[in-house]
Amino acid sequence: MPMHAQELEDLLRESFPDAKIVVEGDDGVHMSAMVVDESFRSMNRVQQQRAVYAALKGKMDGPNGALHALALTTKAPD
Amino acid sequence: MTDANARIDETVKANDVVLFMKGTKSMPQCGFSNRVAGVLNYMGVDYLDVNVLSDDAIRQGIKDYSDWPTIPQLYVKGEFVGGCDIITEMTLSGELDKLLEDNGVTYDKDAAEKIREANKG
Repeated sequence: MPMHAQELEDLLRESFPDAKIVVEGDDGVHMSAMVVDESFRSMNRVQQQRAVYAALKGKMDGPNGALHALALTTKAPD
Repeated sequence: MTDANARIDETVKANDVVLFMKGTKSMPQCGFSNRVAGVLNYMGVDYLDVNVLSDDAIRQGIKDYSDWPTIPQLYVKGEFVGGCDIITEMTLSGELDKLLEDNGVTYDKDAAEKIREANKG
């Protein structure tokens, strides 16, 4: 079942309460999410994105999980 | 270590640059894989393409091996570099050039510049 932008944002909010989160994509399948969080400051890109994928674990992955089509951008606040 | 894990480990250590992807470098079968393979092809990087669609054990095994849930996955000198988003960002920022240089992997610098030029603005 496709996931909607709001659901994804809520999921991310659970793990990143203080982050700036922008989720786009209304076809429920192809979505983009940007997460800007202080916790990313000490992490490189792979670690940042692993943290976000960990937050979505089990909710989006799996062969037909929507995770496949999630374009992800992560960074620490400037 | 599972068989798939061992095979993956061996592959990424035996080849300087490995791209686990859907399809092959000449026939990618997914937009994200196509983008990364396209960048590497355009930059003249010599890499081994592993088609995860033809081997389910590898397709699942690679996600466990790198603790990364999506395909494609790029490895340079046995190290996981990233998926499509990260490679795109690194290409545009020039970090991919630096990573290849630091690891003695030859590539076409002008081609990399052209990619950045084309994506300006």
